[in-house]
Amino acid sequence: MKSGPEAPATALLPGDGDGTSTRRPVRTGTPHLPDAASRATGGTPPAGVRAAARLRAAHNGRTTTVPLLHSDGPFHLRRLRPRGEQARVCVLGAMSAPLGGDRLALDVTAGARTRLEVTTAAATIALRGSTRDPATYDVRLTVGEDASLDWLPQPLISAAGSTLHQTYRVELAGTSRLLLREEQLLGRSAEPPGHLSTRLTVRRNGRPVLDQHTAYGAPASAWDGPAVLGGHRATGQLLLVEPGLDAPPAPVLLGDPARGQCVLAPLADSQVLLATAVAPTLARLRHLLDAALAHVPRAEAPS
Amino acid sequence: MSRTALLLLADGRFPAGGHAHSGGMEAAVASGAVHDTTSLEAFCRGRLHTAGLTAAGLAAAAATGHDPLALDDAADTRTPVPALRHIGRRLGRQLLRAARATWPCPELDHIAHHRPGGVHQPVVLGVAARAAGLTPLDAAHAAAYDSVGGPATAAVRLLSLDPFDAAAVLGRLADDCDDVAGEAADAAGRVATAGTTVLPAASAPLLDITGEHHAAWTVRLFAS
Repeated sequence: MKSGPEAPATALLPGDGDGTSTRRPVRTGTPHLPDAASRATGGTPPAGVRAAARLRAAHNGRTTTVPLLHSDGPFHLRRLRPRGEQARVCVLGAMSAPLGGDRLALDVTAGARTRLEVTTAAATIALRGSTRDPATYDVRLTVGEDASLDWLPQPLISAAGSTLHQTYRVELAGTSRLLLREEQLLGRSAEPPGHLSTRLTVRRNGRPVLDQHTAYGAPASAWDGPAVLGGHRATGQLLLVEPGLDAPPAPVLLGDPARGQCVLAPLADSQVLLATAVAPTLARLRHLLDAALAHVPRAEAPS
Repeated sequence: MSRTALLLLADGRFPAGGHAHSGGMEAAVASGAVHDTTSLEAFCRGRLHTAGLTAAGLAAAAATGHDPLALDDAADTRTPVPALRHIGRRLGRQLLRAARATWPCPELDHIAHHRPGGVHQPVVLGVAARAAGLTPLDAAHAAAYDSVGGPATAAVRLLSLDPFDAAAVLGRLADDCDDVAGEAADAAGRVATAGTTVLPAASAPLLDITGEHHAAWTVRLFAS
């Protein structure tokens, strides 16, 4: 693992420039102060981990390589064996995160003509931690011209007492392909969920094509009522961008109110398809999203 | 501002076609999800804080004078299923007809001219509010109230609920409506400098799923 010389110098990140790209994953009982910059800001130091991991795939003329793989905090990035021309990276959880007060960021770039898949090794569990402060988790996915990115993490579980604000910012070129799956479970078994809010914005050729904000768990209002989740505890989405689609498929409706429901339909930008599902369990949710994906011409089911 | 203009704009009898729509209530009743006053209130509260908040933000932004065509695009990005985009524009066309007759002005003519297929209803609502001399907060109130008033009235017809009970549900939602309108108007105040991304984008999975489902029914009482 090495930091590429062209690593974007957008932020002062722990681990940057010191020759290592992995911070030792420790979590102590005291607030973690990763660098001088955050201490120098004055005021109360943030309680929790501050981490920004990055990875970037590039095409070397023959195949996809991953010249930048910068692990940080809870994100340990590991190359997996390529699948044909597709480079694969797995995000391993090096510590329990996010906890209250954590500020986490993951930045993934699939450069022009690359084929990249990013997965996570285990479910991400949002926990309360030592403070009731909200945790933030910002995922930025950038896909270049003629590139494809499969973002297929394991589910996110919102545990009782946790507060997590998640953002997904997706930037696509006009010829980019994307398969994004996002699954959420609200509460572990027999517990109420924490508070989980997710803002998903997708831009294609610089134009917004999807802007969505969900908020579940108290203090969100009526989040489990009949207009929002209808008592279901698992919800998720599959976003598919296929520039090769000649004609948008007709909306597909799957499932039933008791065992979970899903709709797959084109956005106003008809080369972007979105499946939205609610279900009683993660297994039913995955079943619905897989079934929706099978309705899309040319797209293959993820492993 | 004219308080009477706000009452007229928010009145269910204003000829804008809203009475033919249940805002997802018909599908919720058919699935058994809404079956009594308690579940009606949960439905309305959830709709208010999701689709209602998003609509109120768009309406308030339109009432500030922000470009209605850009706001129509913002409404598209906040409406992922085709059935609800179609309904939003259809309701927008009907409201535009009524508003142009009631408060004729160049701004309303402008959107009719540039988007003959219709503009999303909350955007028209905001432009109409502005034409009537109302504030962005007024427009947000009208949109927030509209997001629950329609479903509650529809539930009375679909479930033969006591209309007094439905009115009491709306009464209990008054504070939430005020909060939603305030939040929407605050966001709209930042649109001129920060763009439409600052507007609320709250969404509800089941409203999207059942909205598309309902559109595929062959026999239904309400258009949405």
